[in-house]
Amino acid sequence: MRFYLGAVGVTALVFLAFHLAGIEYLWFTAYVVVQYVVLATAWNILGGYAGYVNFGSAAFFAVGTYAAVALHKMGIGNLWLMMAAGGVTAGLLGLAMGYLTLRLRGAYFSIATLSLAVLLQTIITNWSYLGGSRGVYVIRPSEVAVFTSFVEYLFAVMLLLALAAICIARYIEKSRLGYGLAAIRDDELAAEASGVPTLRLKLIATTVSGGLMGMAGAPMPYYSTFIEPASAFGLNYAVNAMAMPLVGGLKTWVGPLVGALMMGTAQQIATVTISSAVNLLLVGLLLIGFLMLAPQGIVGLIKGRAKR
Amino acid sequence: MVFDPGLLLNAIVSGLLLGGFYALATSGLTIAFGMLDVVNIAHPTFIVLGAFATFALNQATGLDPILCCLILLPVFFLLGRGFYDVYYRFFERRGDAAIQGLAFFFGVMFVVEVSLSLIFGPNHQHVETPYAWTNLGIGPVDLPVRMLIPCAMAAVGIGAVTLFFRTTFIGRAVAAVGQDEGALRLVAIDPLKIKRLAFGLSLLLAALAGGALLVVQPVDPWAGHTFIGRVFAICILGGLASMRGSWMAALLFGVIENVTATYLGPSWSPAVAFGLLLLTLAVRPQGLFAR
Amino acid sequence: MMKFTRRSLLATGSAMVLAAGLGLSAPALAQSGEPIKIGFSMALTGGLASNGKAALAAMQIWEEEINGRGGLIGRPVKLVYYDDQSNGATVPGIVTKLIDVDKVDLLLSGYSTAAIAPAMPIVIQKKMVFLTLLGFNMNSEFKYDRYFSMIPAGSDANRDFSKGFLEVAATMDPKPKSIAVVNLDAEFPKRASDGLKDNLKKYDLKVVYDQSYPPTTVDFLPIIRAVAAAKPDLVYFVSYPVDSAGLIRAIREVGLKAMMVGGGMVGPQIGSFKTMMGPAMNNMVIWDTYVPEKTLNFPGIQELLAKYQPRSQGLDPLGFYVPPLAYANMQILEQAVTKVGKIDQGALAEYMHANTFSTVLGDVKFDKMGEWSQERLLLVQYQNINGNGLEQFKQPGTQAILYPPQYKSGNLVYPFEAKR
Repeated sequence: MRFYLGAVGVTALVFLAFHLAGIEYLWFTAYVVVQYVVLATAWNILGGYAGYVNFGSAAFFAVGTYAAVALHKMGIGNLWLMMAAGGVTAGLLGLAMGYLTLRLRGAYFSIATLSLAVLLQTIITNWSYLGGSRGVYVIRPSEVAVFTSFVEYLFAVMLLLALAAICIARYIEKSRLGYGLAAIRDDELAAEASGVPTLRLKLIATTVSGGLMGMAGAPMPYYSTFIEPASAFGLNYAVNAMAMPLVGGLKTWVGPLVGALMMGTAQQIATVTISSAVNLLLVGLLLIGFLMLAPQGIVGLIKGRAKR
Repeated sequence: MVFDPGLLLNAIVSGLLLGGFYALATSGLTIAFGMLDVVNIAHPTFIVLGAFATFALNQATGLDPILCCLILLPVFFLLGRGFYDVYYRFFERRGDAAIQGLAFFFGVMFVVEVSLSLIFGPNHQHVETPYAWTNLGIGPVDLPVRMLIPCAMAAVGIGAVTLFFRTTFIGRAVAAVGQDEGALRLVAIDPLKIKRLAFGLSLLLAALAGGALLVVQPVDPWAGHTFIGRVFAICILGGLASMRGSWMAALLFGVIENVTATYLGPSWSPAVAFGLLLLTLAVRPQGLFAR
Repeated sequence: MMKFTRRSLLATGSAMVLAAGLGLSAPALAQSGEPIKIGFSMALTGGLASNGKAALAAMQIWEEEINGRGGLIGRPVKLVYYDDQSNGATVPGIVTKLIDVDKVDLLLSGYSTAAIAPAMPIVIQKKMVFLTLLGFNMNSEFKYDRYFSMIPAGSDANRDFSKGFLEVAATMDPKPKSIAVVNLDAEFPKRASDGLKDNLKKYDLKVVYDQSYPPTTVDFLPIIRAVAAAKPDLVYFVSYPVDSAGLIRAIREVGLKAMMVGGGMVGPQIGSFKTMMGPAMNNMVIWDTYVPEKTLNFPGIQELLAKYQPRSQGLDPLGFYVPPLAYANMQILEQAVTKVGKIDQGALAEYMHANTFSTVLGDVKFDKMGEWSQERLLLVQYQNINGNGLEQFKQPGTQAILYPPQYKSGNLVYPFEAKR
C-alpha cells in the first residue's frame, strides 16, 4: 500500500515540475519518454517475467493508434474512450495471437509476433477508411480545461498510464501469477509438470501486455496529428520496447523504468542534436553490448555491486 | 478483369523463378535454424548486407555483380564463423540461448541496417548490368534474364551445399550435429568446430542470395524486413531442416505470392507470406514438406 | 521502500535537469531579435531527398543574394531548417519546434504534399502564413486563408492536372477508347488519379485497369503485365521518383505497347533521372513545370539556373524542376514583406492574396484558397533521346511541349512502343 501511495506522490511531483517549467516543446518531448516507460514495462510483463520475446510491439501499439483513428472518424473524440478502445482491441489481439502460437516453442512465438506486425501493417495499408498508405490527419483540440494546452494534457495522461503500468507490473510480479510466470521462464516443462497452468498464465500475460501497449498507442493521433502506417508500425517501437527492459533489467518492474528513462531521454537529445539515424544505431549497440556483457541489465549490475 | 491465360501463365512462371530465389534466401536459414537451432532473425539482413557489399565492390571495381558476389563468398564464410563464436561464447554456452540469443540477433539486425543506411544512404541502390533489360521470351511466356540468373545461382548454390552434406565426411557431420551432438563427440569430432563451419556456410549462402537480390531489384537497407516473414515462413513450411523441403516450399510460396500480386495487386503480397506463416504455425508447425 | 524512493527521486531529478537544460538553451536564439528567421522542414534524406536538397540549394542562393543586398526590411535573413527524412510523421514535431523553440518569423513548408499535410493542423492553430512547395490541392479540406501554394496546378488542381494529357490524347487518330490508371498509394497520386477519373466523363474513355500500389513495392512486373493484358489505348501513371524508375524499367522489360503512355509521374523532371533512364523515356508523355524550350523564357530563370547548376553536386544537375519553384517562393516572400514593411502574419496574408508577383516562372497571382489563379502545367513528350548524356536535355528538342497551346513547341509522336 505504501508503494502505491509513494508512486502516486512521485508522479504528481514530476507533473508539477514539468508544469512549472511551462515549455510546450518540453511536454512534447517528455511525452515520448514516458510513452516508452509504458511500452517497456508492458513488454517486460511477457518478456522479462515469462521469457517470451515479443518482436511485434509495434503491432499492438499501432492497433491502439488505429483504434483511436477509427473512433475519431466515427465522430468520437474523447481521449479516454480512445484509450479504452485501444486497450481492448490490442488486448484481444494479444489473446488471439497467444492462443494461436503460445502452445509452441518460444522461438515460434517470437517469429509469429514479427509476422503479425507485417500482416497488420499490410491490412491497414489497404484499408482506405483508416487512411491506407496516405495516412490520416487529425486536428488536435486547441484547448482543454485545467491544463495549459492540449499537449500538456496528453503528457499528463501518459504519466497516469505509466503509473498504472508500473503498478500493474509490480502487482503481477509479487503475485502468484508472477511466480507462475517466473517458473515458466526458468523451465517451462518442469512448471507444466508441477501443475502450473502455463497456457492460461501466458495468455493473461500476453493480453495484459498487449492491452497496455494499445493504450499507449491511442493518444498518438492527437499527439502527432498525422498517422500513417510506416511510422505507426515503426521499427523504433519494437526495438526500444525490447532494448529498454534488457538494458534496465528484466526481472522486476524497476528495470524497464530505468531503461526507458535513460535511453528515452538520450534518444530525444540525440535526435535534436545529432541525427535520428545515429541514435537508432546507439540503441542497437547498447542492446547488443548489454546482452553480451551485462545480461541482468543495469538493475542487475547495481544489485551485484550492492552485494559486495 | 478479363481472364487472360497468358497473364496467369506468366504469373506462375514468374512465381517459380521468384521461388528459386526465395529458396536460395532460405537455404542459409535452413542450416542455421533448422540444423543448428540458432534463431537467426538477422539472416535476411545478412542477405541485404551481402547485396550492399556486392554493390560496393561493383561500384569500386566495375566488375560484374555476380563476379563480385563470388569474390565475397569466402569473406562471409569467415564472418559467419566469427559470429558463431561470439554467439556461442556469450549465449549458447551460458544456457541463455532463448531470450537473450533472440534479442542478440535482433540487435545485430538493427545495427547492420542502420549502419548500411548511414554508409550508403537510405535510398535504393541498383546495379545496371548489360543483361538486366533482356527478356528471353518463349511464345507468350516472359523469361526475364534478371530472374533467371538468381534462379540459376540458387540451383548451383543449394545443389553444391546439398552435395557437400551428402558426400563429404564433414558435411555429414554437419547434418548430424543438430540431431545428436553426443554421438559426434564419441566419434572424436568437436561439435563446436562443426557448428562454426555450418554457420559459416549459412552466411555464405546469405551472401550468394544477396548478390542475386541485387540483380533482381533495387535494394535499400531495410529490404530485409520484407524477407523475414518470407524466409521463416518457407523454412517452417519446408519442415525446418530439409533443403529439399524448403525448395518445394519456396516454389509454392513464390507462385502464390506472384499470382496474388498480379490479380489482387502488390499491396497484398506481404499478407500472403505472413498469413501463410501464421496459419502453418497454428495448424501444422512441423511443416508441409517435412520428411 | 527506501530503494524505490531514492531511485525515483533520481529520475525526477534528471527530468528536471533536462527541463532546465532545454529551457535555457532555446530562447537564447530568440532574444537577439535582429535576424529574420525563416523556418521549414526539408527532405534532406530519404526518398524525396534529391528534390529536397535541390530546393534547399535554391533557397540558399536566395538567402545569399538578399543578404548581399542588405537583407529584408533592413534585417539579415537566416534560414532555419531540419531534415524531415521524407517522412511526414516527423513534420509535426519539427514545426512545433520551429514555432515554439526557434521562434521563427516566417514559415515555409517542406517539399511535397507529404510534408505539408502533417503541418497544417499546427500551422492553422498558430495562425502563421504558410507558403508551400509542390503541395497538390492541399487547401481544399482545410480552407485556410493564410495558405499559399507554389505549384502551377491552379484552382481546380485535381482535374487540371490531367487535362493536358487527355486533351492531347483526344487529338490522336483513331481516337483512344480505353485507359489504364496506376498510382502510388499516397496523397498526391491518389488525388491526381481521382481527378483523372473525374475528367473521363467528358472524353468517352473506359477504365480497363485501375490499381494502386504501396510505397514498399519494388517489383513492378506484375502490375505492368496486368496492364498489358488489359490492352489499354492510354496508360496513366502517378508515381514518385523511386517507383517511377521501377515502372519505366518494367515497361521496357515487358515491352508495353499502347497509343500514349505517361501521365503524372514525378521523377522524369529531375536531371539525374533523365540521364539514368535515357532512351527508355522516349515517347513518354509526362507533365512538367519547366523545360528549356524556346517558347518558355521567363525573367531571371536563366540566371538562376546558371547559379544553381555549378552547386548541384550530387543533386538534380539540371535544376529545372524544384529549384525555380522554391526560388519563386522566396521571391514572393521578399516582395510581400518589403511592401508590407513588417512581420505581421495577417497583413502579409492579405497582401499576398491581393497582388500579383513577378517570379522566375512568370507572373503569379493567388486565388482565395491560395492556389494559382491561372494554371500553367506543361505536358511534355520526350523525343529523340540518344544515350544517357546530360547536354541533350539542356537544349530544345528532347522535351517537346505539347500543351498548353500558348507554349506548344512540338508535335505528338504515337503510338508508344517500349523496345525491349
